[in-house]
Amino acid sequence: MKKTSRIFLGILGILLGLVWLFPFYMILTNSFKTPKGIFASVLGLPTTATTANYKNSFKALDFMNSLGHSLLITVVSVVIIVFFSSMAAYALQRNKSKLSGALLMLFVSAMLIPFQTVMIPLTANFGHVHMLNMWGLMLMYLGFDASLSIFLYQGTMSSIPIAMDESAELEGANRFQIFFKIIFPMLTPITVTVGILNIISIWNDYLLPSLVLPQTQYTIPLQMFFFFGQYTKQWHLALAGLTLSIIPVILFYAFAQRYIIKGVTDGAVK
Amino acid sequence: MKNRSLSFWLFLTPTLVALALVVFIPAIMGVFYSFTNWDGLGYTEMLGFKNYITLFHNSGFLAALWFTVRFVIVTVILLNVIGLALALLVTQKFKGSNLLRTIFFMPNLIGGLILGFIWQFIFTQAFTAIGKALHIAGLSGWLTDAKTGFWGLVIVTVWQMSGYIMIIYIAYLQNIPSEVIEAAEMDGASPWQRFVHITFPMIAPAFTICMFLTLSNGFKIYDQNLSLTNGGPYKSTEMLAMNIVNTAYSENNFALAEAKALIFFLIVAAISMLQVYYNRKREVDL
Repeated sequence: MKKTSRIFLGILGILLGLVWLFPFYMILTNSFKTPKGIFASVLGLPTTATTANYKNSFKALDFMNSLGHSLLITVVSVVIIVFFSSMAAYALQRNKSKLSGALLMLFVSAMLIPFQTVMIPLTANFGHVHMLNMWGLMLMYLGFDASLSIFLYQGTMSSIPIAMDESAELEGANRFQIFFKIIFPMLTPITVTVGILNIISIWNDYLLPSLVLPQTQYTIPLQMFFFFGQYTKQWHLALAGLTLSIIPVILFYAFAQRYIIKGVTDGAVK
Repeated sequence: MKNRSLSFWLFLTPTLVALALVVFIPAIMGVFYSFTNWDGLGYTEMLGFKNYITLFHNSGFLAALWFTVRFVIVTVILLNVIGLALALLVTQKFKGSNLLRTIFFMPNLIGGLILGFIWQFIFTQAFTAIGKALHIAGLSGWLTDAKTGFWGLVIVTVWQMSGYIMIIYIAYLQNIPSEVIEAAEMDGASPWQRFVHITFPMIAPAFTICMFLTLSNGFKIYDQNLSLTNGGPYKSTEMLAMNIVNTAYSENNFALAEAKALIFFLIVAAISMLQVYYNRKREVDL
């Protein structure tokens, strides 16, 4: 490539990058302004920066509580999904029969059904048995997210030779030992992918938790929704709240960037 | 691992039970309820196709469908053009191209609900300020009518999702053997000719995937719709997913909402499958 065109591309890249970052600049700078400051200049940097907005919205959002619920629900759900869907994929992949072919089709076909189609009977049923809480929600995530996870796991598992299983069997290992001691550790790269895809979708989910969770178990998106409704015209507080809610995601991205991009690519391309 | 072995079923049972409880049983019940006057607790009457007739008459469904179809057409085109353009940009060798990937992808990690709130501030406050400074009247009052609300939703979606589409195109762009490009360069092909005759045909599978994702995702958008415009003013920006949720939980018309949800399922499934079928055929022809 010629030098001039490389410089041109660099400049184009910088400009586009700035356009992409503009929304973040807006909420970050304005979250430090007073209401008057926002009114005086939306686009400029804050003249007198205040951290009061953060203190107030931290309290109003009950931030530590909603962060705790988000973390608990995401971590437990993802662990359950990884654990059970890898086991299911193992059973289906290592047993070539009509039945397991049909079961795999069943899992794949579930991916076609949009959430709205099942949400009303689903919440009614769970309501009847008093499972409209975070434990019910975790079970729901297993049901909704198992399909893609099994699909990803079983594709990878087909490249692990069955001789591995057989030699372990000769040594006297049972099925659980074979799976957990030999097969599952070999699946680590795809486990990272499955984990990341599920972490992103569960962490950010709004609609399902809004139908399931009682107010005492609100996650960050839910808390944000009600917080925003309360402070519609008080942008200084709303923006500080928004910024707070984004911080955990940005930290996660900063630490796991490489895995996230790879995981998302694998998940979409496979 | 044989069908009849105990371990086969032990390995499968937890996910099968969850799938049945969460997807299949509710789906079957939903089909049944859509023919009744179900109110979320029970039903007293079988209505036959009455809910299905109602949804095509004056229930907001057609308006939401038309709004959603227009939205999907515009976003599918924009996301694929911009996503591919970004992918081509960041796969060139220049300083900072890796950082750019990170930046373009970032909005994807933040939930749609939060993104909608962020942009609500930008449309209502920042756009107004920029409009005043530059004396462009059209920048004030965004989200207050159906037209600007439509474009607001388009902008949020493009900002959010083009980085995602970008990384899928990158994955395929990197698989093109460099000898092929070099050979074309030697033969004197211009960059545009190289793109049209080599790059574009070679990433046809990426195009199939991205079309599928942008299409099905566009139909299902809810969170951004809720937090950006909440369907307003006067339901003029209400999309399909939101129309169904509101019919159920705001109007308490559960049976009608279920009928709408089933039509929604048929539309999304039919369009997605047709799209994949035609694009796959195109891939083979090449």
